Amino acid sequence: MEEGNTIAKRAGSRLCCLCNERKPALKRPKTLEQICRDCFYNVFEEEIHQVIVGNHLFKAGERVAIGASGGKDSTVLAYVMSELNRRHNYGLDLFLLSVDEGITGYRDDSLETVKRNEVQYGLPLKIVSYKDLYGWTMDEIVKVIGLKNNCTFCGVFRRQALDRGAAYLKVDKLVTGHNADDIAETVLLNILRGDVARLSRCTSITTGEDGPIPRCKPFKYTYEKEIVMYAYFKKLDYFSTECIYSPNAYRGFAREFIKDLERMR
Amino acid sequence: MACNSGNCQSNCSQNEQVAQDDSIPAPTTGSDDGANNQQQQGVCLKCKVSPPISSGGGGSGDEARFCGDCFRTNLFGKFRLAVTSHAMITPSDNVLVAFSGGVASRVALQFVHDMQQRAQRNYEASKDRSLPVFGVGVAFVDESTVCSISNDEVEEAIQEMKSTVLELAPPVKQFHVVPSVSLYSSGSSDEKDRLMKLIGAVDDVTGKDDFLMHLRMWALQKVASENGYTKLVLGLCTSKIACHVIAATVKGQGYSLSADIQYVDARWQVPIVLPLRDCTAQELNILCRIDGFGSLKTLQLVNDHPSGINGLISSFVRLLQEENPSRESTIVRTAGKLTPFHFNRLPEINDSSVPLATLRRQKRYNLKPQESISSESFCPICNSPVINSDLPSCGSLKPFKFREFAASCCPSCQFQILPQDQSSMKEFYSLLPEGLVSRSKHKDNDNLDMLREQVQDCLLSNSDDET
Repeated sequence: MEEGNTIAKRAGSRLCCLCNERKPALKRPKTLEQICRDCFYNVFEEEIHQVIVGNHLFKAGERVAIGASGGKDSTVLAYVMSELNRRHNYGLDLFLLSVDEGITGYRDDSLETVKRNEVQYGLPLKIVSYKDLYGWTMDEIVKVIGLKNNCTFCGVFRRQALDRGAAYLKVDKLVTGHNADDIAETVLLNILRGDVARLSRCTSITTGEDGPIPRCKPFKYTYEKEIVMYAYFKKLDYFSTECIYSPNAYRGFAREFIKDLERMR
Repeated sequence: MACNSGNCQSNCSQNEQVAQDDSIPAPTTGSDDGANNQQQQGVCLKCKVSPPISSGGGGSGDEARFCGDCFRTNLFGKFRLAVTSHAMITPSDNVLVAFSGGVASRVALQFVHDMQQRAQRNYEASKDRSLPVFGVGVAFVDESTVCSISNDEVEEAIQEMKSTVLELAPPVKQFHVVPSVSLYSSGSSDEKDRLMKLIGAVDDVTGKDDFLMHLRMWALQKVASENGYTKLVLGLCTSKIACHVIAATVKGQGYSLSADIQYVDARWQVPIVLPLRDCTAQELNILCRIDGFGSLKTLQLVNDHPSGINGLISSFVRLLQEENPSRESTIVRTAGKLTPFHFNRLPEINDSSVPLATLRRQKRYNLKPQESISSESFCPICNSPVINSDLPSCGSLKPFKFREFAASCCPSCQFQILPQDQSSMKEFYSLLPEGLVSRSKHKDNDNLDMLREQVQDCLLSNSDDET
């Protein structure tokens, strides 16, 4: 970060710090460097490629399902994964896997986005729904349990739904769009709740290796703001509304706190 | 409105009636839970005789459940358990209590005094007078040079503290006022300037706040060792520790976190003990209120409003605590699952004047000793253990002392405290108190000496100095 400050001062010369050719279009949230769009795409994609290669996330020939919700993280993930798969010859068979929790006004809209992604990125799509798997939609569940602890129910059901969808697609691995902000919030949340078991697992880039299907998080070191910036500049199609039950979530405390921290330093 | 619950916070008429009738059990209305009955009858849960601290139904859970005496006994019990199970204070000790004027340190001082008085009475009553009474001193770090409080306010506060300490006698306690500039060896005329420049050299708000805290600790250590104290008591309570846990997590200080939150911290020259570790700030506040300690308001302001990230964390934890009163304990318990360091236990006492029961207790509660002697280095600024792989090899930086110093600091201090460019760093190094600088050299020698002792009998010649 300190490097970024001195570089930013030098960039009063009004050129991108990385290529020194084009005009800067943005200040990079991670390093505060002033860079142009193309350089941003390059560093963004290259860093993710390094994370994938450095952590040995995939093997050639694997069938990989991308957890797709239609939100910015999964849309950018689908875009970047197919791009890197092509560019660096990962040799992966990619699929989109989406979960319908049955939340009216939220999930039904985002599913439309995923269906468009299927066409745009040319990746086969499978949708699994809570109603089909369990006989319950989230709306029905919330009517019974009230507005607290919804995420707990939804999260447990979702993980199993993803497992089942992955088994149906016969994939070897699942990737999700969890970013650095998500993981920071999760670490904090687990400390606050005293969940030592989860605390020891939650920072691994690959989890569930001993379970039905391993899951990995290529965006583990990527800032949420950079994902949004990438989607914005590339004009990617995504659904930008939050789950209607999220204002009551405990995670909200952690998220607010982390946003305040970032404003400070 | 009909009210069935003894915990009802609204001032409904039932509670008012109950408050008036505290000696005669009032007829219960509705609840068949035994405990609730007694609350409705306005009687302490423990002694079942006196009224609870707040019988109007308001106040926290504890205030509505216990009377003043039982509450105080509970709290003192937690303090005493911490002290005895970790052998924090033995008869031969000379204990220095760090006193900031805030609530927690006031309670720590009171409890240590109560314990000392008890020991004194036992000593006078015993026939053979075999067990001496431990000594107690009080130290206040005067940061008026570096803070924005006026000299008059600080003087007034110091006078109040002096009279407080005078009242806590017999046994008599010495009161030390430790100005921040005392870190510099006496005789240097420009110590105040140096200190101001040193602190001014830290840009980051949070870094400055933390740096001041580290300097405060070094000042306490200095006064403790110069005056022959064997233990340093801090009033760190559960709430402050919870804030520290979150702070260490967000500042990337995770490696050293477990060192700071244990009952005992023996990496310092004068070991630090935290007897109030299991008490929450709320409990301490209640005690101060009911016992009329009050606290020194001016200094309260400085201590309780840290700036930067520390301030943000204080308000965050307070918010969480309001939402769930057991949050602070959960945070501390979670962090307590981290493995402590080898120096988080007091060295086994070989003193024959210490009763056998104390020795046995220490052995039982003491953490498992680590097999090898750790060759850990410590950051010269914050004294946190540094992973050896983070340090460069010795030879490369010798010619430039300030660079060697900077490289020996922990990553966190390097990031938020040390100036980034070379010339500012050189100046920063020149402004540091001599004690801090020479420490970083001594520690390495200590470790080497310890290792040498172990293999001394197999060493052949004296010319084994290949370093």
